[in-house]
Amino acid sequence: MKFIPEPLWTDWLIFALLAAALALVWVIRRQEHLLAPWRRVAQRPMAAGAALVLGTFVVIGLFDSLHYRERLPESPADRPQYSVEVLSVFDALVRDLRTQQEKTYSAPLAMQLYAKEFIERDNGTVRDYPRLRYGGAHLARADERLPDIAWRSLTGLTWGLVASLFLLGLLACWQSRRMHTSLGTWLGNWGGGRLDWPGRTVVFIVSLILVVSCVLVQLASGYHVFGTDKVGQDVLYISLKSIRTGLVIGTLTTLVTLPLAIGLGIAAGYFRGWVDDVIQYVYTVLNSIPGVLLIAAAVLIVQVYIESNPERFDTAAVRADIRLLALCLIMGVTSWTGLARLLRGESLKLRTLDYVEAARAFGVSHARIISRHILPNVFHLVLIAIVLDFSGLVLAEAVLSYVGVGVDPATYSWGNMINGARLELAREPVVWWQLGAAFAFMFALVLAANLFADGVRDAFDPRLEGRR
Amino acid sequence: MKPLLDVRGLVTDIGAVRVVDGVSFHVAAGETYALLGESGCGKSMTALSIMRLLPDGGRVTSGAVDLDGQDVLALPEREMRRVRGGRMAMIFQEPMLALNPVIRVGEQIIEAVALHQNLAGQAGRDAARDLLDAVGVPDAARRLDTYPFELSGGLRQRMMIAMALAGQPKLLIADEPTTALDVTIQAQVLEVLRRLRVERQMGMLLITHDLGVVAENADRVGVMYAGELLEEGTRESFFAAPQHPYSRMLFEALPRAGDGGRLTVIPGQVPKPDSELKGCRFAPRCPHAVVRCREESPDWQTVDGQRVRCHLAGQLPARLPREIVANAVSTQAMQPLLQVDGLKVYFPVRRGLLQRTVDQLRAVDGVSLDIQAGRTLALVGESGCGKTTVGKALLRLTEPTAGRIVLAGETITAKNAPVLRRRAQMVFQDPFSSLNPRMRVADILLEGMDALGVGAAHQRRDAVARLLGQVGLPDDAGGRYPHAFSGGQRQRIAIARVLAVSPRLVICDEPTSALDVSVQAQILNLLKDLQNELGLAYLFITHNLGVVEYLAHEVAVMYLGRIVEHGAVADVLHAPRHPYTQALVSAVPRIESHVGEGISRLAGDQPSPLNPPSGCHFNPRCPHAGELCRQTYPDRTDLANGHWVRCHWVAGRI
Repeated sequence: MKFIPEPLWTDWLIFALLAAALALVWVIRRQEHLLAPWRRVAQRPMAAGAALVLGTFVVIGLFDSLHYRERLPESPADRPQYSVEVLSVFDALVRDLRTQQEKTYSAPLAMQLYAKEFIERDNGTVRDYPRLRYGGAHLARADERLPDIAWRSLTGLTWGLVASLFLLGLLACWQSRRMHTSLGTWLGNWGGGRLDWPGRTVVFIVSLILVVSCVLVQLASGYHVFGTDKVGQDVLYISLKSIRTGLVIGTLTTLVTLPLAIGLGIAAGYFRGWVDDVIQYVYTVLNSIPGVLLIAAAVLIVQVYIESNPERFDTAAVRADIRLLALCLIMGVTSWTGLARLLRGESLKLRTLDYVEAARAFGVSHARIISRHILPNVFHLVLIAIVLDFSGLVLAEAVLSYVGVGVDPATYSWGNMINGARLELAREPVVWWQLGAAFAFMFALVLAANLFADGVRDAFDPRLEGRR
Repeated sequence: MKPLLDVRGLVTDIGAVRVVDGVSFHVAAGETYALLGESGCGKSMTALSIMRLLPDGGRVTSGAVDLDGQDVLALPEREMRRVRGGRMAMIFQEPMLALNPVIRVGEQIIEAVALHQNLAGQAGRDAARDLLDAVGVPDAARRLDTYPFELSGGLRQRMMIAMALAGQPKLLIADEPTTALDVTIQAQVLEVLRRLRVERQMGMLLITHDLGVVAENADRVGVMYAGELLEEGTRESFFAAPQHPYSRMLFEALPRAGDGGRLTVIPGQVPKPDSELKGCRFAPRCPHAVVRCREESPDWQTVDGQRVRCHLAGQLPARLPREIVANAVSTQAMQPLLQVDGLKVYFPVRRGLLQRTVDQLRAVDGVSLDIQAGRTLALVGESGCGKTTVGKALLRLTEPTAGRIVLAGETITAKNAPVLRRRAQMVFQDPFSSLNPRMRVADILLEGMDALGVGAAHQRRDAVARLLGQVGLPDDAGGRYPHAFSGGQRQRIAIARVLAVSPRLVICDEPTSALDVSVQAQILNLLKDLQNELGLAYLFITHNLGVVEYLAHEVAVMYLGRIVEHGAVADVLHAPRHPYTQALVSAVPRIESHVGEGISRLAGDQPSPLNPPSGCHFNPRCPHAGELCRQTYPDRTDLANGHWVRCHWVAGRI
């Protein structure tokens, strides 16, 4: 074996979540009333496009969650030894991005370092910008750079368009055969927007993703597209690695939130009386403590624990991972109150409805009333809260890491990127690309999540639906 | 004479759906024109088209609406604002929703006065007070400073009328103005409307589904069905001989004074406005329909001075006599199935930081009743008198404060609740909130059987099919969700759910009040059939006296948490002795003209059960109240045949 799998705690949870999501999809597909709102989501061009962008991020995040350790080349075959460095499948895919490290800062698409150094040239030592080791190394002269960039972009664009057309052709063949129409008719319907799903938007977004990735691949093979950071690491690589952190924070935190919010919210609304009083006091108190304080305290405790038990956390990746998980936990514990309050109000309303009274008249137990009558009727609220909270949590991670109480400094995250760029903003000329890249990636993810959330809310919220 | 309002060929679309299709009628000054029809047939949309207040996406596609010779539809919006409220005004069904809850009613009325009469300050306030006097609000000056939530439903509706009158309109559109009110209050409000119309020579467009309201208030009647006007005529001729089969069936579907006959049922339901309509719109539900009816839309014809759209107008057979089905016979000497003794339900009123109980709300205050197997006891009274609480307390959905409940010889306590739940069940008022929208019909029916362990698990699926057949639903209904069914069908599902555990007593809490007349008839027939078949006993909670006469054997009248009169239906409803029952019976709008009967109208509202009047609770509203009535609560006075009342006045006259 050339490697052994090294699943981290968050990897287990992510794949458990994926399995749960797939199981849910399987259940939903079999129930018409559950499927109908998702159809409405899919029919909204904005939501469908946003879902595709989100999907791209998720795929990258999933590849980045398959961790392993390589075997050291010099270790004997019968007693193999493995590297302490934990890599992921994604790292293997973008090996060049990871390994082509420069000395220090370089600007996007540059061929020279950002700082002057003494270099040996011709016959003597001069102080100048040295050439990069990898970025633009294939170029002989500086004036070849711009034509080369243009040529690579054009090639990438062409590849992207060709791939898109090929996919569209495949789609058209498949759909026209399924619908028993001619290829031309289907394409006509597609172009005229007469399909029962937003075909044009989907094709447009897929082509956009393909074109952007092809251009990036073309450029990244010769340059550092987003430049390099202080220790010379490729910023594009860091940004892509940060996707997983953002997704973990956005989803695992919700996983912690949901049982608390659903359990306590419904219990408070359904049972009322002293149960309601206790739960209300708990969340009022929790809401009055500044969240940052709790998070800072919790992160500190975890840090101390890790340092006092070094034998349990053998690699740096495991330590960083535990801290990420701890952050998710504590953010979950502090952010369930809003949803719980919403569910309490809704349960207060539902418990007085006649169908709950009818169930009580049959002597149905409380657990059954909650699981069959209350929970299914508040579930749209839960779903809306999940997708709306996701983008908020991604942004919160960035802020917390910037403040210094977020993820481990060794973890790739947009918050850490911003934190690292903070001091360099004062430099002249300014080092802007780290901040710019973090902004662009975060913006794309959060915008897609928000647009998708809007679509989900419109499809699920009965108040926006008019008459059912 | 030129009519005040002239509507010609009005067509209104909402989106792609045609909700009003070629409606023409006119209203003269000082006349009341009633638009009659079931829900969803376009009555309200007609009114909103005239006011040009259509919801989003709605527009008048063609037709003309002339008010006083001026085409309302052609006016620019600026002018239209002056017409609305100024020359025509509208009263809505739900007075709580039409008044702003955070502004004093006085300010709301003064605002309307200021807008339309240019009266500001004290003059505006005086004008508002005069308006309240005109609509019969007692203590008008003080009422101006109250908020809507402090007023009762009847007073709120009067405030609405006062506001509508602020612009001194020539035309008043009343959209189901009394549907949300109790009969005694409805009678008061209709009285006010009638008086105002005569005093001010207003034209009135009255929109209602209630034949009784039409009979007592309208001069002319138009019957609407699926967006079209089907029949039009004066009140006298319409009520003497309705010509359209739909109108006739509406009359026959109405439960009426205890003839015991089976109600005529109009099969099916009003077609959805977005379905394709060809030929006569009523043809699919019409028992007389011929081929021509399904292909050709009928034109107006005049028969005996009435205009009607029916191919068979004038040729229809005379009305069929009702099929008489005797009420279930049961021997008098039987042991009562349910015995309730001194049932009390008090709700604590908590105040202050520590939530101490400072008072008791006496929702039910010592109610005793018996029901025998296979018989029906109707519990009637105005809303808020505690009749629903009695029903819920019997099933221990609300924990009773005191009292003894004996069901089939067993005293019900908190311990043997499962026995109670097998033997007594409840059908709720609103079929839309009584079925969980996320559960399949079969699961809804199985819920009770599963919870109470009725039958073996493998037999329950078969039981579902049997139950669906019993209440007249198709076999495949079990696999569908409640939203696929209409209101009447949902109520059938609710009845099937109750029958699933084979109870012996069913508590029906206004099971038909949310339904249209034709659907109500279906449900009432079903309940009667089930009683004959299964020997069920019903406790029928209602405010609709017509239904009581049709279905019940005995009746108990409740007022403020206590039963004031009890006896056989014929005795109580035809010879009521308690002044409250007398008022209740005479307040019901009736189709038959009741000449010579003394009409006793009740003044004021039902007091709060939190603070009931001393002595007899009814004394502040009673025309016969004496000194004794103000001091002590009357004892039971037995009359013949198990008929008894609690009234000093009746006791003194024996």
